[in-house]
Amino acid sequence: MTESVGKVTEQIFKLPSDLLLECGKTLKNIELTYETYGELNSDASNAILICHALSGNHHAAGYYKDENERLGWWDALIGPSKAIDTNKFFVVCPNNIGGCHGSTGPSSVDPETQRYYGPDFPVITVKDWVNSQAQLADHLNIKCWHAAIGGSLGGMQALEWCRLFPDRISKAAVIAAAPKLSAQNIAFNEVARQAIITDPDFQEGKYLDSEKSPKRGLRLARMVGHITYLSDEAMRDKFGRELKEGKLNFGFDVEFEVESYLRHQGDVFSESFDANTYLLMTKLLDYYDPAENYKGDLVKAFETIKAKIMVISFSSDWRFSPERSKEIVNALLAAEKDTTYLEIESSHGHDSFLFAEGRYVSALTAFLGN
Amino acid sequence: MKTLEIINNWVTQNSSVLDLGCGKGEILLDLISSKDIKAVGVEIDGSNINECIASGINVIEQNIDEGLDNFIDNSFDVVIMSQTIQVLKDPRKALQEITRIGNDCIVTIPNFGHWRTRLSLLLTGKMPITDPLPESWFDTPNIHLCTLEDFELLCSETSIQITQKISFNSSGHSNAFTKAWPNLFGASAIYKISK
Repeated sequence: MTESVGKVTEQIFKLPSDLLLECGKTLKNIELTYETYGELNSDASNAILICHALSGNHHAAGYYKDENERLGWWDALIGPSKAIDTNKFFVVCPNNIGGCHGSTGPSSVDPETQRYYGPDFPVITVKDWVNSQAQLADHLNIKCWHAAIGGSLGGMQALEWCRLFPDRISKAAVIAAAPKLSAQNIAFNEVARQAIITDPDFQEGKYLDSEKSPKRGLRLARMVGHITYLSDEAMRDKFGRELKEGKLNFGFDVEFEVESYLRHQGDVFSESFDANTYLLMTKLLDYYDPAENYKGDLVKAFETIKAKIMVISFSSDWRFSPERSKEIVNALLAAEKDTTYLEIESSHGHDSFLFAEGRYVSALTAFLGN
Repeated sequence: MKTLEIINNWVTQNSSVLDLGCGKGEILLDLISSKDIKAVGVEIDGSNINECIASGINVIEQNIDEGLDNFIDNSFDVVIMSQTIQVLKDPRKALQEITRIGNDCIVTIPNFGHWRTRLSLLLTGKMPITDPLPESWFDTPNIHLCTLEDFELLCSETSIQITQKISFNSSGHSNAFTKAWPNLFGASAIYKISK
């Protein structure tokens, strides 16, 4: 185990300008919570932006109080001498707007009304995120990112950075992503949303003013989501048909290990995540389609890109399968952009991007270093 | 003149080049430094791919046997396929594909009609093992070996033009013998072909 970046502290950045959102509304008094690791060099040329996925946050590496606590979600890849080497790079990871880990979102209080935004928080888009992150880059005196890196929805953000600010980004690693969601992807998101919305404690999204919140719905939503993050193989290897008590009990309580695991994941998540944020994030993911304004032509959508882009997919990922990543790659090739593509053999399904394994790490290191 | 020099001579300044089976990217690196080309490599081996990335070469992980239909027509000035066609499942399809994708294609092949190969088979009665083709028949990746004659016949059958051709002896040199009797004295050959 290589060392971690150590103790980290989160920082808050208040956006100097209001944000005109893609939906037409204006969001005021926005705060972005973020963390940084490593040092910015004198010409500000070593900054790397980490874009988190659907339920992620700004705590990507290190720990807050002591090293025994749970480390940042991408600690395996970010740190001294790791793939994203904090001895060389200044790494920035913001929590996205609409999130529930510090940045302005549905669970924040609107300073103008002194009430929770709740269900009235506007539906934001990946483009809105990138625009807000551009203000953060200004604040940190970063004119051009050395790279933006993200997995899943984070990969889409990195790609969007390349499209929207071609002169402010040199490289992007787009990992386990897709150019847009398939009907099946949207269907899974809709099941998750329905689980939340139909929970009686949801109270049309105004649960923050009451004692109760839709934890049961959120728990179910996470359980469904979690199945799509793992592969059949990973689940078989991890749980098989192992019985918790070694025998069948002929009832409906937890019997199989996999049931216990999913319930645990759901429980933890429902205690720490906001239901309105979950609705918002899944919606935003459903909406993402860079080709939408180009009559579905992804090649045209990629025309503005100047960055070198590395696309990485994982063999066992069925949520955003290698075929989906190849759609991005083929459009980039057709648009004559600097493109690299890797299809990594891995059994962890969609979650593979979180693990620091073999060729994935060396490719990322080489891509960032050259 | 060695293969690398010939490829270098045949590729013009600033052209776009696709190298199918680019290995560690040696050919592309040479062309980037001397001809300032726009390079894309296709490779299947993980460690080769990593070398390409470390050298800053655009590389796509793709199995050529599974098709090249993701590359659009005439999208590259030059497509290179060096010492690769003999390992493919469908060399005819590959030839049609590369001439569709590239305006010009550069193909290098080992020559199974070389006198050493012919002699080895005649004298030993076993599948020839030579310097350019060192593996036994059961573990060779070269599943579609051919002679220069065979290759040229396939080109003519598929309406592919051969615009240039140079054959080399085992030490990689072109001489009077390889020029006069390429299919007998050429251990390998390099062709420039197009549709």
